[in-house]
Amino acid sequence: MENIQTLLAEGKQAAEQATSAQDLDQVRVQYLGKKGHLTQLLKGLGALSAEERPQAGAKINEAKQALQDVLNVRKANLESAALEAKLAEETIDVTLPGRGESLGGLHPVTKTLQRIEEFFARIGYSVAEGPEIEDDYHNFEALNIPSHHPARAMHDTFYFNANTLLRTHTSGVQVRTMESEKPPIRIICPGRVYRCDYDQTHSPMFHQVEGLIVDKDISFADLKGTLEQFLREFFEEDVKVRFRPSYFPFTEPSIEVDIDRGDGKWMEVLGCGIVHPKVFEYSGIDPEQYTGFAFGMGVERLAMLRYGVNDLRLFFENDLRFLGQFN
Amino acid sequence: MKFSENWLRELVNPDIDTQGIADQITMAGLEVDEVLPVAGQFSGVVVGEILTAEPHPNADKLQVCQVADGSEQFQVVCGAPNARAGLKTAFAKVGAVLGSPDGKDFKIKKAKLRQVESFGMLCAEDELSISEDHGGIMELAADAPVGTCLREYLDLDDSVIDVDLTPNRGDCLSIAGLAREVGVLNKAPVTYVDVEPVVPTIDDSFPVSLEDPEGCPRYLGRVIRNVDMSAKSPLWMVEKLRRCGVRSIDPVVDVTNYVLLELGQPMHAFDLNKLNGGIVVRKAKQGEKVTLLDGNEAELNDKTLVIADSEKAVAMAGIFGGEETGVTAESKDIFLECAYFNPITIAGRARSYGLHTDASHRYERGVDWQLQHRATERATQLLLDIVGGEAGPVSEAVAEDSLPASSTVTLRQSKVNQVLAFEMPAAEIEEIMTRLGMIIERSGEGEWTVAVPSYRFDISIEVDLIEELARVYGYNNLPVKVPTAELNMIAHDESKVTLKTVRSQLVGRGYQEAVTYSFIEKGLSAQFDDKHVAKALANPISAEMAVMRTTIWPGLVKALQYNQNRQQSRVRLFETGQRFLPEGDQLIQENVVAGLICGPRQSEGWSADAGTVDFYDLKGDVESLLALGGCADQFSFAAERHVALHPGQSAAILRNGETVGYMGALHPELVKSMGLTGPVFLFEIVQSVLLDGQLPRFDSLSKFPESRRDLALLVDESVAFESIRAVAKKQGGEFLKAVTLFDVYQGKGVEPGQKSIALGLTWQHPSRTLNDEEINEVIDFVVSALKNEYGATLRE
Repeated sequence: MENIQTLLAEGKQAAEQATSAQDLDQVRVQYLGKKGHLTQLLKGLGALSAEERPQAGAKINEAKQALQDVLNVRKANLESAALEAKLAEETIDVTLPGRGESLGGLHPVTKTLQRIEEFFARIGYSVAEGPEIEDDYHNFEALNIPSHHPARAMHDTFYFNANTLLRTHTSGVQVRTMESEKPPIRIICPGRVYRCDYDQTHSPMFHQVEGLIVDKDISFADLKGTLEQFLREFFEEDVKVRFRPSYFPFTEPSIEVDIDRGDGKWMEVLGCGIVHPKVFEYSGIDPEQYTGFAFGMGVERLAMLRYGVNDLRLFFENDLRFLGQFN
Repeated sequence: MKFSENWLRELVNPDIDTQGIADQITMAGLEVDEVLPVAGQFSGVVVGEILTAEPHPNADKLQVCQVADGSEQFQVVCGAPNARAGLKTAFAKVGAVLGSPDGKDFKIKKAKLRQVESFGMLCAEDELSISEDHGGIMELAADAPVGTCLREYLDLDDSVIDVDLTPNRGDCLSIAGLAREVGVLNKAPVTYVDVEPVVPTIDDSFPVSLEDPEGCPRYLGRVIRNVDMSAKSPLWMVEKLRRCGVRSIDPVVDVTNYVLLELGQPMHAFDLNKLNGGIVVRKAKQGEKVTLLDGNEAELNDKTLVIADSEKAVAMAGIFGGEETGVTAESKDIFLECAYFNPITIAGRARSYGLHTDASHRYERGVDWQLQHRATERATQLLLDIVGGEAGPVSEAVAEDSLPASSTVTLRQSKVNQVLAFEMPAAEIEEIMTRLGMIIERSGEGEWTVAVPSYRFDISIEVDLIEELARVYGYNNLPVKVPTAELNMIAHDESKVTLKTVRSQLVGRGYQEAVTYSFIEKGLSAQFDDKHVAKALANPISAEMAVMRTTIWPGLVKALQYNQNRQQSRVRLFETGQRFLPEGDQLIQENVVAGLICGPRQSEGWSADAGTVDFYDLKGDVESLLALGGCADQFSFAAERHVALHPGQSAAILRNGETVGYMGALHPELVKSMGLTGPVFLFEIVQSVLLDGQLPRFDSLSKFPESRRDLALLVDESVAFESIRAVAKKQGGEFLKAVTLFDVYQGKGVEPGQKSIALGLTWQHPSRTLNDEEINEVIDFVVSALKNEYGATLRE
């Protein structure tokens, strides 16, 4: 019976020394196979007495199991080592840049426009758009700017003929909306506008967002509150806001809004006012029953302030090095 | 308008400093652009008199002057060419401190110039920051009191305030108007200049008739004889004019300009002896000519109001006087004109002749229609003081019916409350109105009648008065709140794609958004579109911005050119916006989405696809946009030529058979002529088509397996894939689920002129497994149809 322990020790040693799954399988066949050393011992049991047989058999089976356990462990070890080696071989440089299309980006004017639209859409304004080639009536006349009005000189208009022009503001869209809809009206009108003026601080084409709210009892106080909130949310700063009397033929009272972002300098950012009763009359809204306010802002100007852009012309050069900065 | 602070303070003098006044009127709606001191911060400069001026012994351009300061005499070396004996000038004595442009003070010391001692300096205007003039030392009046401090003599402790007035506030285009406003804001008394009617000393008058009473309802004239045109305008007048930006010309012009600035009433003086018959205010005859005071001849149209004598037009009414009848140094008798013109008659006229004058600026905005007598008397008084002479009586031609009516406006407390959301106390309302010169009377409970003074011609309705209340009370003192409204749902159409989604898709595919001008060069427009004649601006800013784009492509291609010139080889741009298509009498303004790609397929990188973009790269991008609405199968592409595109790489994009856009390679000729590095690929699609999608619809899933067969076909290379696919779909039976193109090949093994196309066809039945016989039968249909229609053969 000492033989069992010797065989087991030899088998264990052989298993530990096996360096591949194949070697290990040979060890298994050599000791545990049909003709394996330990299996052979079972065949010698017949020579033992009936009393001795069960005990001896159990010992052999114990040894077989012990060797099998060692083989299993060794097998698992060998497999995991092989896997590790394979994985090590497959290691890559994870810091290399990824493959495929890189992201483009929106124009800063669009980013700013979308942001402004969003603020007003969330409080129930809807977006209205209109033609850029406009007639004199919708751009001027219906806004209380008759042909002889000195305010026309402030507009530097591009004309096609006496009656057709490039809109100088998006206010025409407000007129069209008031003509076709009944109050309450809450709209904002984004879009391109045109003025015949070109230098470092003026572009012949730029973008505006105008807004209009018409309802019962819309007041000067509502205008102040709405625009003050807008400016603070837009800049995400506690900007100082002041309201300064001004003049637009389509509003009365008319207001220009200045902000101070902490440097003590007031900067004009938008114009607004209470809708002039004549504008309501032109559009068929009863000025006794309804009041409203309107506002307009230059998108490029707001984008310049928001992103620190220092030259208006950059917006229209489409230099990828400029545009890419807003991605 | 520029004005002198000191002049203003002669009328109203509130206890606030210069900046205080500027801030205050800005916040009242009279926006101050700039405040500048009249002179630099110098001291120790007096009125000096040059007694003698001798050439410098050692320098050609210098003189050695003996200068008196009233008590002593100093030797001063001076380089100014106008230094001469008898001249009174600005004399900075030793110890004087002058400012300098770099902000540092500069102290006058005793000096030696080329071995000659000099005690002080004679100053030019720029050295005292009075003006930029460095033409010579200052030339003061002969009666300037020698030894007087120059600051005092010229009243230089003054500021020029430049105020940018809105067109409605014509009433503030004068010192009197500004003073009125400052008085209101400060509750301060205003002392207007005292004007007494001048008693006529002669009976002479000159006849005036109004032929266009609508345009000119009031015209005052006065003859003044025996004026002395050699007289000089007094220093105080010249200085006040200068500070308001008006140059001194001669005493008569100076007086009319002075009254214009002081009261806001434009005036004109004619040489009486050059007028014939009498004054007629009438419309010009078409083509009538008049030579203006600036020497230019204007050809008039019949909408222009003129002042004429019995023979011809002598001035453009309210805009510009005529040269021929103007006052000159030789004039002896003058005819003074002071009129009220209807703003509508004058508005826009000056601009139509390319003119802008102080008079037209005021008449266009409106002048107080009750001011003419006062202005005439004021001007007469000033003229008599300066040039002497005898004044005749004022003659007035007036069409009472055509004068503006005095306006009376009803003001309701309820409307004030509604517009301002603020219950302004009645006492406050009355007090502010009174301060503004309105005559306010209660006409009922919570209601007033307000009589508006003639100078506030901008006020005609109730909200005008409410604006005045708000303005004087202070916009920033009024309450703040936000609107309240009903929380109604806003419609939201799920089948619509938003423009934001379209943009995001393009951004996700590597496109950078551009914004290009809507107006482009005419020639460029024609190169990109031969079907439309682009709408041309009547007054373009330049030839590059002359016609409205009929496609976004030229703008994008120009942007590409700009970037390629700055070493950007890989460019992917898109733009959304309107294009303007003239179609017969109609103009179609529609939004489109356009894009451009050029350069390497991928950004340079360690494993990037090294290829250059081609048609199919762009097509993939376009298809991704078409798919956004969930109805990609409604779109198709068809080879179609386009003037801007390569004839062999150009396609129309169709939706249900209707053309909605184009895509393709920019024509190589255009690539070359624009100096681009090609190839360049472009697309443009009508925006509404991209936004108009459909709701998804569920289709039940089959539990039975799919069957697939692959076909390798040989076909003439001119046969479009789309045609083959159409045949396959048509013949493939109702259970054909998909047709996949998995290879297109030309080259070795395929005869020239042919191409090999490999198709994968997939079938699936909803309720059973399809057997081979069924599929083989269908395949035979497909193959024989392809053979019959396109001569396709199965590849061996």
